[in-house]
Amino acid sequence: MLSPVILVPAVLNGLMNGAVYALIALGLTLIYGVLHIINFAHGTLLTAAMFAAFFAYVLLGIDPYLAAVLLTPAFFGFGYVLQRFVIGPAAHGEDRNYLLVTLGLAVVIENALLYFFRADTRTINLSYAFDTIQIGPAFVAVPRVVALGTVVAIATMLWMLMQWTDTGKAIRAVAKDKLGAELCGIDVAHIYAVTFGLGTACVAVAACLLIPTYYVNPTAGNAFVLIAFTIVVLGGMGSVAGALVGGLFVGVVESLSGIFLGESLGQIGIFIMFIAMLLVRPSGLFGARA
Amino acid sequence: MKAYLPILLVVALLAVVPFVTTSNVVLNFLVTTLMIALAGQGWNLLGGYGGQYSFGHAAFFGTAAYATAILQTRYGINAWFGLIVGIAAGASVGAAIGVLSFRSGLRGSYFSLVTLAFAEALRIVASVAPITGAGVGTLIKLDLRPEALQFQGRAPFYWIALALVGLSLMIVRAIENSRFGAYLAAVRENEDAASALGVDCFTVKLGAMTISAAITAAAGCFYAQYFLFIDAPIAYGPWISIDALLAPIVGGVGTLFGSLLGALFIKMLGEATKLVSGDAPGLDLVIYGLLLIVVVGSAPRGIVGFLDAIIGRRSSIVALPERDNG
Repeated sequence: MLSPVILVPAVLNGLMNGAVYALIALGLTLIYGVLHIINFAHGTLLTAAMFAAFFAYVLLGIDPYLAAVLLTPAFFGFGYVLQRFVIGPAAHGEDRNYLLVTLGLAVVIENALLYFFRADTRTINLSYAFDTIQIGPAFVAVPRVVALGTVVAIATMLWMLMQWTDTGKAIRAVAKDKLGAELCGIDVAHIYAVTFGLGTACVAVAACLLIPTYYVNPTAGNAFVLIAFTIVVLGGMGSVAGALVGGLFVGVVESLSGIFLGESLGQIGIFIMFIAMLLVRPSGLFGARA
Repeated sequence: MKAYLPILLVVALLAVVPFVTTSNVVLNFLVTTLMIALAGQGWNLLGGYGGQYSFGHAAFFGTAAYATAILQTRYGINAWFGLIVGIAAGASVGAAIGVLSFRSGLRGSYFSLVTLAFAEALRIVASVAPITGAGVGTLIKLDLRPEALQFQGRAPFYWIALALVGLSLMIVRAIENSRFGAYLAAVRENEDAASALGVDCFTVKLGAMTISAAITAAAGCFYAQYFLFIDAPIAYGPWISIDALLAPIVGGVGTLFGSLLGALFIKMLGEATKLVSGDAPGLDLVIYGLLLIVVVGSAPRGIVGFLDAIIGRRSSIVALPERDNG
């Protein structure tokens, strides 16, 4: 069982799944880092993006990887509008209200999808979904390699945006000290909305990476978001590096525990890790004290 | 005694309903409404009065429902006794989660997250564990005798639900008027300040969570007895966690009658939506979600705040922290 023939592909597959987890967690942690809120609607936004990618392929024949180019700005705009005109005004800057408003949003989106598309599980068939390439002793699926590459590219782009652009500097300023940033003339409501938009855009990319090999139904995103919560808690709320490392780590753990414990217990393993992590060290492995 | 008069009045008024109508549709509607009001009153104690927003009250509801059902079906234990054990089981789960999360200092969104995670973990366990009937669920045998806590008509169920709601209102009123209630409000308003003034925040929160869990657990036991069937998505599903927080928030968070008013309102809204959407699922919950956003955004004190504005009065519990400061 411990032979490299099994372990190497398991670790590689874990890393590639983990890359998508990391991307979802990145969106979550970005929003937390700046707005200091946990976005409970993150999972349903992922589901919505998966539906969008699904219908882009089925109705318009747009390849999911191509759809990402269109959906990312669309979901950025959607997230921007949500934060600017719904979440922000309704929450009045109170943490408890943010919790309830994002929860309400999650309920609305999930059930609107249920109402319009029913609980049916849908998949798409792509000619290349089962193509594999050989890496060392392992064969890995092409969509997963693409996913890993895309996530690395997105993370790099996001890092450059944060480091070198004025918007990035403004986001970092607001994250550090909201009042100080406001006094320097930064439009905090706008920066909040931009950050929420970026977080939502991450989810749109993740959806396009998932849809070639995964299914979609109105609750499809929820499973990923619990994993993303785990990653964010593991890596430290608000820590971008933590989200990336944590994502890859959780992907590998899940893949290995799937081999050793079986599929259904793998899911509970993530929960136990999550609860234990929250109880023992809620600030995470990389995070500052919450 | 004067403090309890409004409760007695409301309960007495509601108690005559089965004499006015014997319509099963009306009674069924009211029974489920009272059940949600009960579950919501549990949430209201911890969330509304204590400021700890749990997203996982399903953990207590489900544990109690399973305890009642499993004791009867697998061990042949009397349902009335099962009811008490169920409440105790729900309260124990509440205390256990409370000790773990308050001990590690989880607050605000972290607390919401961990309660959500516990409820989801329990749901997964219940959907695979043999004792809960796994995916099939647990069916309580039909046995229409009062000794078995089952009745021919809906009226007895209605009175039992009403009695439970009345009891929960009394408990919450007693807490409102006690030192413990003042501590709880202090923890809600500013935990650090309360702690600095010598309030033992851990014990106060833990006490509130245990009582809160017990009240919501009673709703879970009632569910099992009324519908005689329970499975993992019903017992531990997000629907009950959401209903339990939606009712008091819509009705008036941290107010005595908030949960009852809110439950009545959301259930009526739910029925009205069903008239529009027919069998298609989802639309009622879309409206619930929108309602949650609208209430939080523009009517933070819910229906009670609305009523108070009409009669030009401030409700006592909201004024409580200010009275303490003054």
